[in-house]
Amino acid sequence: MNTIFRLIFGMLLFFTIHVNCQSKMVLIKGGTYIPLYGRDSLTVTIGDFQMDVYPVTNEEYLQFVKKYPKWRKSNVKSLFADANYLRGWKSDTILGDNQLLKAPITNISWFAANDYCECQGKRLPTIDEWEYVAMANEDIPDARILKNYNDFILAWYEKPKTFNNEIGSTFKNYWGVYDLHGLVWEWTSDFNSVLISGESRKDVDTDSNLFCGSAALGATDLMNYAAFMRYAIRGSSKAKYTMKNLGFRCVKDL
Amino acid sequence: MKILKYIVVILLVVIGFQSCKNTSNKKAEVVYQCPMKCEGEKTYTEPGSCSVCKMDLKPISEQVLKKIATDEISDNSIFNLTSKWNTEEGKTIQLEDLKGKTLVMVMIYTTCKAACPRLVADMRNIEKEIPRGLLGNINFVLVSIDPETDTPEKLKAFAIENYMDDEQWTFLQGSVSGVREFANVLAVKYKQISPLDFSHSNIISVFNAGGELVHQQEGLGVDNKETISKIIEITTK
Repeated sequence: MNTIFRLIFGMLLFFTIHVNCQSKMVLIKGGTYIPLYGRDSLTVTIGDFQMDVYPVTNEEYLQFVKKYPKWRKSNVKSLFADANYLRGWKSDTILGDNQLLKAPITNISWFAANDYCECQGKRLPTIDEWEYVAMANEDIPDARILKNYNDFILAWYEKPKTFNNEIGSTFKNYWGVYDLHGLVWEWTSDFNSVLISGESRKDVDTDSNLFCGSAALGATDLMNYAAFMRYAIRGSSKAKYTMKNLGFRCVKDL
Repeated sequence: MKILKYIVVILLVVIGFQSCKNTSNKKAEVVYQCPMKCEGEKTYTEPGSCSVCKMDLKPISEQVLKKIATDEISDNSIFNLTSKWNTEEGKTIQLEDLKGKTLVMVMIYTTCKAACPRLVADMRNIEKEIPRGLLGNINFVLVSIDPETDTPEKLKAFAIENYMDDEQWTFLQGSVSGVREFANVLAVKYKQISPLDFSHSNIISVFNAGGELVHQQEGLGVDNKETISKIIEITTK
């Protein structure tokens, strides 16, 4: 009897350790909304899914590269990440001096982020899913018309080096998700569906139009200047780019 | 007895963690060969001198390593992608299986009414300008951005309909994520507008036999001279 009890206890312990390795997720109840850039009809319908509560941290990514050597700084193929990949790390498995374990991982490419999520049995969110969750403030699922919601995001754009802050340092939104605004930009699975022009390298002029806001006139939501910035970043990104203010989180289908 | 049980539990846990790793150490055997290859590929297990030219035999490992290095795909090669693809002939391949030939690639979808027929025409026009003798070393690849609709059968029908069913043409159906990844390598952007309609960038990409991107032609009906000369240049090199 004692033996069985001990065995069960041991197995429970094993599973708790195992489950703890997976980062916390919350349920996002799907719905219909009008994104900044939609399809042929204006509205987009999102199904139910689970989303990571926090962006992936330096610590979590460190574990990942230890387990998958092909994503170490010295091994990564130039097809999959540019020269700034994991910039600031002291070595393949040691973070830089001012990189906190609990700060979001940045300077990773779309390929790296995509593979990270796949290795956890998850995936990157689509733009529509990400935007759907990100339009919530603390209290309501769609706060895009509120002045203080937009002010918060725009104020963040002016704050320097928020990527050095720890996860959870911004607000918890309606869904229970932290840090969608105020910490880092985040990769999405289909970031390359933002067609500002045919090819990303030609977007220089279009970008400046977007950044000065002149393109805002044709959009569905004139108030959401903050979202324009996100779409502009996506439209000008390439999958192997790495940026010090661009991180990611994963989602999972139910 | 109790201690034994604890040990068993700990062992089980340790084994559980360790089972993911596999370590294999292959020891290379040293083989010798004449550096001039007087006797072709003949090898010796002992050091000595060549029976024809009397030169000292050289260990082969260095040469072999060099060969592997040139055979190895570079960091920039699209052959680093490990996604699986179905051809219009119903075969399942990886991009690496296309190694060895110049690749001219474009992303299209067969239900497209606007840009794709012109993109396909651009591809045909390029193919027409290539000297016939070189065609055996060039593969023109059309990758579908709508893998859910464009099955191998649909792609085959499309190939026949557009007179692109010869050896040098290949059509590929991937997975949704595989296509997204491939488009990211080509810097092609696309977005589904409605179930059978996409907007997408019009880019024809040229890769050398090692899968490295050497040229991209952007836009529809643009002057294809540069693309053609590039294809000929890297194929004859």
